[in-house]
Amino acid sequence: MRVELKGITKRFGSFTANDQINLVVEPGEIHCLLGENGAGKSTLMNVLFGLLRAEEGEILIDGKPVNFANSGEAVRSGIGMVHQHFMLVPVFTAAENVVLGFEPTKSFNRLDHKTANAQIHELSQKFGLDVDPDAVVENLSVGLQQRVEILKALSHDAELLILDEPTAVLTPQEIEALMEIMRSLAKDGKSILFITHKLKEVRAVADVITVIRQGRVIDSVRPTETEGQLASLMVGREVNLTVQKEATQLGDTVLELRDVVVRDDRGLAVVNGVSLDVRAGEIVALAGVQGNGQTELAEAISGLRSVESGSITLRGQNITNLSPREILDAGLGHVPEDRQRDGLVLSMSVADNLVLNTPRRAPFARRGTRNLSAVASNATELVQRFDIRTSSVESTASSLSGGNQQKVIVARELSRPLTCFMASQPTRGLDVGSIEYVHRQIVNQRNEGLGVFIISSELDEVVALGDRIAVMFAGKITGIVDPSASREDIGLLMAGATMVSHD
Amino acid sequence: MTDTATSTDATSSIVSPRRRWWDRYSSTSPITLTILALILGIVIGAIIIMVTSAPVLNAWRHSFHHVGSFPSTLKITFDNVAAAYRAMITGSIVDPTLLFHSISTGHGWDVTMTPISETLTYATPLIIASIGVGIAFQTGIFNIGANGQAISGGIAGTAVGSMIHVPMIIHLPLTLLAGIAGGAVCGLVPGLLKAYTGAHEVIVTLMFNYVVNAFLIYVLTSTALQLPGQANDISRNFDASAILDPIFGTKSGLRVSYGIFVAAAVVVFAIWFLKRSSLGFDFRVTGANPNAARASGINPKFIIIALFVVSGGLAGLAGVVQAASTTHYIDGGFLVGSAGIGFTAITIALLGRLQPMGIVWGSLLFAALGVGGRSMQAATGIPLDLATIIQSIVVLFVASPVLIKEIFHLRKGAQSFQMATKGWSS
Repeated sequence: MRVELKGITKRFGSFTANDQINLVVEPGEIHCLLGENGAGKSTLMNVLFGLLRAEEGEILIDGKPVNFANSGEAVRSGIGMVHQHFMLVPVFTAAENVVLGFEPTKSFNRLDHKTANAQIHELSQKFGLDVDPDAVVENLSVGLQQRVEILKALSHDAELLILDEPTAVLTPQEIEALMEIMRSLAKDGKSILFITHKLKEVRAVADVITVIRQGRVIDSVRPTETEGQLASLMVGREVNLTVQKEATQLGDTVLELRDVVVRDDRGLAVVNGVSLDVRAGEIVALAGVQGNGQTELAEAISGLRSVESGSITLRGQNITNLSPREILDAGLGHVPEDRQRDGLVLSMSVADNLVLNTPRRAPFARRGTRNLSAVASNATELVQRFDIRTSSVESTASSLSGGNQQKVIVARELSRPLTCFMASQPTRGLDVGSIEYVHRQIVNQRNEGLGVFIISSELDEVVALGDRIAVMFAGKITGIVDPSASREDIGLLMAGATMVSHD
Repeated sequence: MTDTATSTDATSSIVSPRRRWWDRYSSTSPITLTILALILGIVIGAIIIMVTSAPVLNAWRHSFHHVGSFPSTLKITFDNVAAAYRAMITGSIVDPTLLFHSISTGHGWDVTMTPISETLTYATPLIIASIGVGIAFQTGIFNIGANGQAISGGIAGTAVGSMIHVPMIIHLPLTLLAGIAGGAVCGLVPGLLKAYTGAHEVIVTLMFNYVVNAFLIYVLTSTALQLPGQANDISRNFDASAILDPIFGTKSGLRVSYGIFVAAAVVVFAIWFLKRSSLGFDFRVTGANPNAARASGINPKFIIIALFVVSGGLAGLAGVVQAASTTHYIDGGFLVGSAGIGFTAITIALLGRLQPMGIVWGSLLFAALGVGGRSMQAATGIPLDLATIIQSIVVLFVASPVLIKEIFHLRKGAQSFQMATKGWSS
């Protein structure tokens, strides 16, 4: 199936989200739509999928113009979409989710599980997508849930599959598996529209790359372009993808973990005897596949989760099992993994969010009464210093883009006196421009003599930032290596191999 | 981004400051929606009057047999509806004829001002209790025990007001403080249970209302508080030094009391507390995002307990103000059933979108409908329940803004109309 978008223009009020966009997807092609957050990729896909109506332009399928009033019509025309946030019923099995809406039934409208499972099995076989039809979706890993979504789209005989930011939630291994699936689907003649802002993935899998910036098609290129060229097309200026770091003087140990054991909500010891030092003037990056205890370790350090045994010391002060307030006051800066859940109050203003964990400090409050003009002037200063793009400091945090939300948190943490700066997944979901910015801020802090502890599941980030790289697997540190170590070595440590001595 | 668009479709994500000011009064603002809800309530109330009032129904029955009488039937219908609403307005705000009479002669002000005085009298404890509930809801805590807390405050206030004998300058503040303390203690128990055991506040506060009701009967039949020589469940009378006197003196007949200044002080306190105080900031952060609150060093246990003390204390103050300004004693029917201001307070807090000034307007509206409904019943024979129906319809429509927008074709405006509370989530 050949899909052509011709002159698509979509406006929201005076804001033009898509401006005269032309795009052709050939059968069996993996077509990548590359652009920063807010460039208009998702809007375009929603137009194609019948969820939004374009003001101008037309959609041609195999040369015939179509006009979708809703997504149901798009599905019947052979277009399937896997949304960034999955649309699955968590308590249903994989098979039930796939057949939902088109259930095979027995007498009295009872669901025919046997036929449903057989259908899923057949689809799985045909496309090499292994999923247990009887598994309840909420028990499946994110990667497998995504497979269920893809199966669901394929079960409606989709010829064009739209994947909206499919890798944002996946581990490196799952990303690799997904790319394999995409390649095999393309080989079967399916077209794939792959939306992303991650350069590595684009180059690994795409046949054609269309770059979108500010609602317009900037260029259509081949994956042979370098990452640097793609990044500058996407952002519209030269982007520095490598992080410049000068040698610094190492200072005292600021964060010291000794045999730390932490249990998760189910009572399992997911952090099982971790010892690690972070010294002033260095960046220690903790690598590892998501779910190996990094989240719980960060929560334990910041006081949000209790430490079962072992000790955590912040520049000589024992902070084990102190309250979050006491740990904040001891000088730990923390950028939480899930910024919207733990880092911000989305319904509150940017100004309030910038003093979220210091509302009682001078000059922001005196004797229980807040000084709103001090809060506002602090916000004005930080918005300028950290280049936070917001229409006003009184705008709610929810009105900011993901990158600017992250800048608010980084600005808040770095604007108070710190002993150690800890950031979990500091650039997750951010676009190239914001990543570059956040990385530079982190390196600046290190250069000024702060001890920095980064927790990231992005291998690129770990290698780019870390002066030393610790790798965590199944609750233990499997090795501490130099950033010059080969990716294979780090990958092996991430997979649980213990370190072969390099000395 | 090109700016070629001239479309006026207002789903734009970019809102200029000037636009935002306008939006407050535009079609989808909460203020407009509340007023439209009130209009709908009045319209539906009118329909109910038409289909239930005997004179109207008789006229229609008559017009089926006598074709020529149709115009007079319409007139009877209109007159009946108009009379009912006229009685409601003149009974709750002011009667224009009496007002002109008072202005021209300079006499009869007491009678002229009685309706508005009554409305303010009823609104006073409602404002205080609703603000207490509103602060709890803003913090994400569903305190539905305000009625029990108000009764508890009334009991404590009555004990201090009737059994201690000191000069007014000490006695009145002490009585009010006792009311606050009574409500706070009653709120503290569910607060401690939620903070330390995770017990759901909806269940605990709801059940506590029954506990306090039983406790009320118990203390009213105990020798300590019961009016001496009485077998009924009725308390001793407040000392004159513990009473919130009518502002215009006892002879004027206008009941509006100094309690209204207490309510005004509570409104000022609530605005400061929510907008300017550090504790209020912690409350709002906790209500909007408990996870971020914890990560920012806010102790959730402390917030829950402090919140119940503040919210319960305000409910308790409402209870003691009610007793000290109107009856000057309490009995077994104190704040029971339809007099349960603590339950009405939940409705008003939501109607006022949890904001102090919104709550003031909501309380005045509810008080006016209640007081006006009584005059309507006396003047036209239409049951008081019509006022309750209008109150319910207003709340119903305010709670479903989508319905209002659909009815009035308010399609434009992307400003989301936030629900005031997350309801049952803990």
